[in-house]
Amino acid sequence: MLAAAFALAVAALATPAHADGLESIMAAKVIKVAVPQDFAPFGSAGLDLKPQGYDIDMGNLIAKALGVKAEIIAVTSANRIPYLQTHKADIVISSLGKNAEREKVIDFSAAYAPFFSGVFGTKDIKVATADDLKGKTIGATRGAIEEQELTKLAPADATIKRFEDNNATIAAFVSGQVDLVATGNTVAAAIAEKVPARAPTLKFVIKDSPCYIGLNKEEPQLLAKVNDIIAQAKASGELGKLSEKWLKAPLPPGF
Amino acid sequence: MLYKLQFGELLSYWDVLLWGLVFTLVLTAVSTVAGIAVGTAGASARTFGPKWLGGVVAAYVVLIRNTPFIVQLFFIFFGLPAAGLKLSESTAAFLAMTINLGAYSTEIIRAGIEAVPKGHIEAGVSLAMTKWEVLRHIVLKQAFQKVYPALSSQIIIVMLGSAVVSQISAQDLTYAANFVASRNFRNFEVYLLAALVYLLLAMLMRSLLRGLGRILFKAK
Repeated sequence: MLAAAFALAVAALATPAHADGLESIMAAKVIKVAVPQDFAPFGSAGLDLKPQGYDIDMGNLIAKALGVKAEIIAVTSANRIPYLQTHKADIVISSLGKNAEREKVIDFSAAYAPFFSGVFGTKDIKVATADDLKGKTIGATRGAIEEQELTKLAPADATIKRFEDNNATIAAFVSGQVDLVATGNTVAAAIAEKVPARAPTLKFVIKDSPCYIGLNKEEPQLLAKVNDIIAQAKASGELGKLSEKWLKAPLPPGF
Repeated sequence: MLYKLQFGELLSYWDVLLWGLVFTLVLTAVSTVAGIAVGTAGASARTFGPKWLGGVVAAYVVLIRNTPFIVQLFFIFFGLPAAGLKLSESTAAFLAMTINLGAYSTEIIRAGIEAVPKGHIEAGVSLAMTKWEVLRHIVLKQAFQKVYPALSSQIIIVMLGSAVVSQISAQDLTYAANFVASRNFRNFEVYLLAALVYLLLAMLMRSLLRGLGRILFKAK
């Protein structure tokens, strides 16, 4: 009797781990979406402290297309992929860039938002290429695409200071603890708006890196469905509307 | 489905992790010495010094003991530049840890000082010892003996708390672990390793402090 109950409990626990993510999302009627909380305009806290941004709108768009509720979970650049790997989130919409190392552990959808990262600094700093970085300090967020690329590009005597999240990296640049900052075009625009004394201007582009949605490996049904939703949003113009609303620019041609 | 541990992937980053450990060790050693020095000065000033000085020390203790360490650290590193004082992350880390340990050890040592019987102080004075000789040989020696276990504990707590300095990009052991995790996503392995190293470090420090205590305070 006890053995039967035990076997039933084990079977019940074992099943969800093997189901495709799409099935468990439709069954639970909830999709858990990990979004950034410190990276406007993709994800930040509004004046009412509720999350808002391109990525949150994208998450709601996907949930609506699936006919389920969206559970928005705030994550940082450093823990967004671990959240996905441990199934704390079903999908990660966090201005995620694609690279070979990430491809080893997660799958990427089609691109849903345009984005480029570069090295920015105040007008008076003369830097035009990566080699000009020698002797300078550059702030970057650990684990972000621009941090990984910058590590490869920067000369040996440039100092890269890595911070745990975007807020700390921005704080370092605004307080003058670093001369330059490696970040996205949108962040630089936000800094220029809020702190004109430290307005960052683009020195050089590190990577043109559109944003992708991150999913766990071996979930082909979920991946196909998400790509389908993205394609439809592009065709219907909904994606273009998001781009205008949050990036103040239309989708680039050929996106 | 069990997760397969892949410790091999950490091996290629052995130098990053080692330098992080070295930084943590140096940070702990210097901040401990400086922090205890601040604590001794503060406790002595509060018990024997002029009233205004006691007030300053009391304010310092209240401020530091009732705010989180990470907030103090961020204030020093991100906040002070606005007031014109820009410190490197290493300097900010040393300073924050010293200030933090200083406040806690002020109170710990002060408790020890107040436990020294007044009669001992009077005896010292009546033997024509100067104020400083009384302080050093009679008061502080006994005070340290009394509070040594509590002080050792606080030192270990501050050492473990040093992990926070990774947040301002000071390259300690936790920073190294975070860096490795961001490159190969082996979070389980690298944080397991970091936890083990901190554990060993704490155990080592405890036995070193115990040994030091035996040498310093051995019964005559």
